[in-house]
Amino acid sequence: MDLTYTDEEQEFRACLRAWLAKVLPELPARPSPDDWPGRRAYDAGWQRRLYDAGYAGLHWPVDAGGRGATPTQHLIFLEETERAGAPYVGANFVGLLHAGPTIAAEGTAAQRARWLPPVLRGDEVWCQGFSEPDAGSDLASLRTRAVRDGDDYVITGSKIWTSHAEVADWCELLVRTAPISEASPKHRGISWLAMPMDAPGVTVRPLRTLAGSTEFAEMFLDEVRVPVANRVGAQNDGWRVTMVTLSFERGTAFVGEVVACRRTLGELARTAKANGRWDDPVLRRRLGRLYGEFGALWRLTQWNVSESEGTGGVPGIGGSVFKLAYSHARQELYDTAAQVLGADSLALDGEWVLDRLSSLSYTIAAGTSQIQRNIVAERILGLPKGR
Amino acid sequence: MDFRLTEEQQDLRAGVRDLLAGRYGREALRASVDAGGALDRGLWRELGEAGFFALRLQEADGGVGLGLPEAVLVFEEAGRALLPGPLVATHLAAGTVPGAAAGTAVVTAFDLGGPGGPGGLGGRLVAHLGDADAVLGTPSLPSGEPVRSADPLTPLHRVAGPGSAAAAYRDEGALLTAALQAGSALRTVELAVRYAQEREQFGQPIGAFQAVKHLCAQMLVRAEVARTAVYAAAVTVDPAEVAGAKLLADEAAVRNARDCLQVHGGMGFTWEADVHLHLKRAWVRAEQWRTAGEAEELLAGELLAAELPTAAQ
Ligand SMILES: Cc1cc2nc3c(=O)[nH]c(=O)nc-3n(C[C@H](O)[C@H](O)[C@H](O)COP(=O)(O)OP(=O)(O)OC[C@H]3O[C@@H](n4cnc5c(N)ncnc54)[C@H](O)[C@@H]3O)c2cc1C
Repeated sequence: MDLTYTDEEQEFRACLRAWLAKVLPELPARPSPDDWPGRRAYDAGWQRRLYDAGYAGLHWPVDAGGRGATPTQHLIFLEETERAGAPYVGANFVGLLHAGPTIAAEGTAAQRARWLPPVLRGDEVWCQGFSEPDAGSDLASLRTRAVRDGDDYVITGSKIWTSHAEVADWCELLVRTAPISEASPKHRGISWLAMPMDAPGVTVRPLRTLAGSTEFAEMFLDEVRVPVANRVGAQNDGWRVTMVTLSFERGTAFVGEVVACRRTLGELARTAKANGRWDDPVLRRRLGRLYGEFGALWRLTQWNVSESEGTGGVPGIGGSVFKLAYSHARQELYDTAAQVLGADSLALDGEWVLDRLSSLSYTIAAGTSQIQRNIVAERILGLPKGR
Repeated sequence: MDFRLTEEQQDLRAGVRDLLAGRYGREALRASVDAGGALDRGLWRELGEAGFFALRLQEADGGVGLGLPEAVLVFEEAGRALLPGPLVATHLAAGTVPGAAAGTAVVTAFDLGGPGGPGGLGGRLVAHLGDADAVLGTPSLPSGEPVRSADPLTPLHRVAGPGSAAAAYRDEGALLTAALQAGSALRTVELAVRYAQEREQFGQPIGAFQAVKHLCAQMLVRAEVARTAVYAAAVTVDPAEVAGAKLLADEAAVRNARDCLQVHGGMGFTWEADVHLHLKRAWVRAEQWRTAGEAEELLAGELLAAELPTAAQ
């Protein structure tokens, strides 16, 4: 149980901090949330700076172009960039946090050489085409079909809730390559493909979120041809490859956000002090409790990161425990913010309300809380699989 | 940074678990319930010999020379086993009250919150006073009136007057109590999961029903968050972190015991099942050293004062 950082880790933190202090003031102004091309350019520009300074894909293996940093260094990186107010990974999220690590772990040498460097440089943006209108929580029942025709797969179907689809160059696409039958259960006939978003037959239709923005989209695939060479992993083995992807998604995706939530809580306390609501003991205690909870969640993050040192950096299913606790605490935080702000929390020009709205997705995206509880109960506690 | 337990710490925890399983298993637990909660002096001495109380005394003073993180692991196991007695107070008294370190003396404390004193119900409650040789931080042993206790293994006395709250020990007392709570919370997850695997209804184990599964999953989440908070607080000994750990561990122990009872159905409502013993003890501990309201107020104060990371832009 050692929470002190080694000299090497402190040195790493100090260098990173100095670098951030130098580059952040040089960044251009942030684009408006609705300006998708602007957001992409902004996120790509930031990624390029990280790349040039040697901070891109910090936790990726060296032979995948990363720096092979330890999970603890990665934690420090996420903590310091958030603390300094550096841009969020944004449009590069899927490429850096799932598609990239999946290709690094499961792809061939040629696939790694083709796809990993542009992700690290910020030149290519990825999106995640997993969910379908009739396959959300029950992801393995997906129906988008890929039929082999010579050296290509011909793909027909549709995807939904695809974040960043409007600006993506590539899509990590799950397709059905064998029909569901008695002999072939539904999770067996799935393959993982890299699909170029500009391929003929791909149509993206933005969906409006409850926050009024267009964070995600519907995607229609009409006889889209994708080379067989773009398949990562064996044909019909995509489910296993996907599990690798999902463990990355749940494992490290929220580190920076815990830091952000703790800062937000501090701002909220000061606001409450200034507007008099701090004198309400019920509200004050609620803030105190949240401070305790986010403190514990930060420690749980450190715990999970330490544990992952023992598994070569692959995050374990402990990520589900974290996600369950964190997603609910985050929603509680913004509900408490609304109590502190009163009617002001309804003014849509404030960031609070947008964050409050977006916090509603945390118990849905990347596996709903109900699905996470199933995972915890069945895979950690060993309870029988249910119907 | 490596937050994981060292090998020595893992061995220590496993050793204590074995010791308690052998010396204070289920039969011993039920025997103490039948004996009306009187403290087993023999067991107390054995705990003393095993280093339970002297754990943090220097070796030169006859102690084991370990620190709070190790103490927390040991107390987690005690909480898991539902070991009764004023464990925390006696541990804190080691080195100052003669016999405490060796387990030949039983030391309790004015560690229960509540109004007490004038305006209260005529004095404050003290646990295990009838068995105690001393009260932590006070020169003499007060007398008190026995009170029927909600927890059959925590006898209570009412002592006239306000009593000294042993403020100097407050953070360590809260932390070790939180460790007991975390151990109990982890144990009730195990009890619930085991029952859910064994008990069948509608032709299948009840653990296959999602409503039951989700109760169990949420229990694990609470217990793991609390456990991590306790471990971290043992390393930093930061008062706010200790308060947070106590808050979360109290909640985990109490709510897990309730959910465990629910998973047990009618069986959970019986004297026979151990669940009620976990719940009642968790209620007692939630009133010890630092209550939820006090912890929240302390955390709120810290939050306002804390220098939190600020965005550069
Ligand atoms: C902001 C946002 C961004 C997203 N981005 C992407 C993306 O980029 N790419 C992508 O592929 N997907 C994305 N998703 C989709 C997301 O993964 C799914 O929404 C999620 O997995 C739930 O699926 P669903 O929406 O079909 O809900 P459903 O599966 O229909 O669930 C509806 C309700 O039923 C419950 N439920 C379903 N099955 C069970 C069960 N077995 N037991 C108990 N309860 C159950 C759910 O918990 C939920 O409450 C995104 C979603 C959001 C909100």
